[in-house]
Amino acid sequence: MNWEEIFIALPKLLDGALLTVELVLISCIVGFVIATPVALMRSSQNWWLRNIPLIYTYFFRGTPLLVQLFLFYYGLGQFEAVRESFLWPVLREAYWCALIVFALNTGAYTAEIFRGAIQAIPHGEIEAGVAIGMKKATLYRRVVLPRAIRMALPSYGNEIILMLKSSALAYTITLFDLTGVTRTIIARNYLAIEMYFTAGVIYLLLTFIFIQVWMRLEKHLLRFQKV
Amino acid sequence: MKKIAIALAGVLALGVATAQAADKVRIGTEGAYPPFNNIDKDGKATGFDIDIANALCAEMKVECEIVAPLEWDSIIIGLNKKKYDAIVASMSITEERKKAVNFTDPYYSNNLTMVAKKGSGIDPTKLAGKSVGAQRATIAANYVTDNMKDVDVKLYDTQENAYLDLASGRVDVLVSDKLPAYDWLRSDAGKDFEFVGDAIDVNDKIGIAIRKSDEDLRAKFNEALKAIVANGTYEKINAKYFPFSIY
Repeated sequence: MNWEEIFIALPKLLDGALLTVELVLISCIVGFVIATPVALMRSSQNWWLRNIPLIYTYFFRGTPLLVQLFLFYYGLGQFEAVRESFLWPVLREAYWCALIVFALNTGAYTAEIFRGAIQAIPHGEIEAGVAIGMKKATLYRRVVLPRAIRMALPSYGNEIILMLKSSALAYTITLFDLTGVTRTIIARNYLAIEMYFTAGVIYLLLTFIFIQVWMRLEKHLLRFQKV
Repeated sequence: MKKIAIALAGVLALGVATAQAADKVRIGTEGAYPPFNNIDKDGKATGFDIDIANALCAEMKVECEIVAPLEWDSIIIGLNKKKYDAIVASMSITEERKKAVNFTDPYYSNNLTMVAKKGSGIDPTKLAGKSVGAQRATIAANYVTDNMKDVDVKLYDTQENAYLDLASGRVDVLVSDKLPAYDWLRSDAGKDFEFVGDAIDVNDKIGIAIRKSDEDLRAKFNEALKAIVANGTYEKINAKYFPFSIY
């Protein structure tokens, strides 16, 4: 193990880790915003409301993230119509492409997690809300959503960890995220074991920090369950 | 020791070994690197390397036999095991290989080049602020990261992806090996692009590998190489494959 080279590479690797955290954080926030209405539609009684967003969740859950990135980044860029549209200033940047694809991808998974949680709410709790005369909007705001999010927390935390690891694909579209920096350094110093080892430790550390935060959040939101 | 000396004598065409092998120089090549060495559909080796090898043999007035296809990974081992006497397979002369074999003088050079859209007006000396792409883990990528300051460097995992981004306009300039890039420029996808600026010399020289013990053969190859460059034979072969000199 060449510790000296690891030490030299560390600042660059941490720079990459910063981009990784940024990508995951923003895409998860945007993904959450997408997922909530989609989950509500997916758990609707109306056939159309229920099935139209299925096209979206089915595509993003049914194809590899790598394929989605390539289609979005390299694929769209090949069309002159896209290159001449007002969207191009955004789409020409690898950073935005990665954010958009990551957000749509995690949004699709999160929506299905939330849908499952909404459908798992004990029927009695909803009936109780109806019985005391809650309007539909109030019922969703006060009962359905808070209850669903609490039930979804463990699997939602899992999805965010998966997103952190999937973000390693960002390097395939020229971004210098943690994996991108690692591979670029290896191309010069040939110390694959040392560099991947260090990158792995940084990923573990990020996951560790996230788990601590998430456990506190779960504890806080589920404090009523304490006996 | 004696055995080696006798075998060596055979290789040097002194007629000690079997008559058939004695006056033949066996030339090994990979046969998987068009347009330099390739196996055609009749199973015959063709390409720039083969043409050069044959021209050198004609100049040396020895009979040559092409041994192909060969595995690239073990091509040097085969030479040192005397399965053939020279490797003409677009092999870069590197310090590492020089530990195992000797090389003749270079018979061509692999340069880097810049590629940009036709009429882009890119000035290769003023690239500050431009985005420059290259394939990761290549000489081109090293060149870009070492020599180009104030540019937005983009590294790709494959050359194909780099070409896609050049086509979409996300990168202004690609730095790449010149000869494969030339192939791309001739393809449909690359027809709107061109070389910009002069070739960039990265000291990547291609030579013929010879066993360390065959100093005589190496000297003969060097002499023949000088001769075919001087008498125009080299130029003719070059022109068959590339419209610019690769010597």
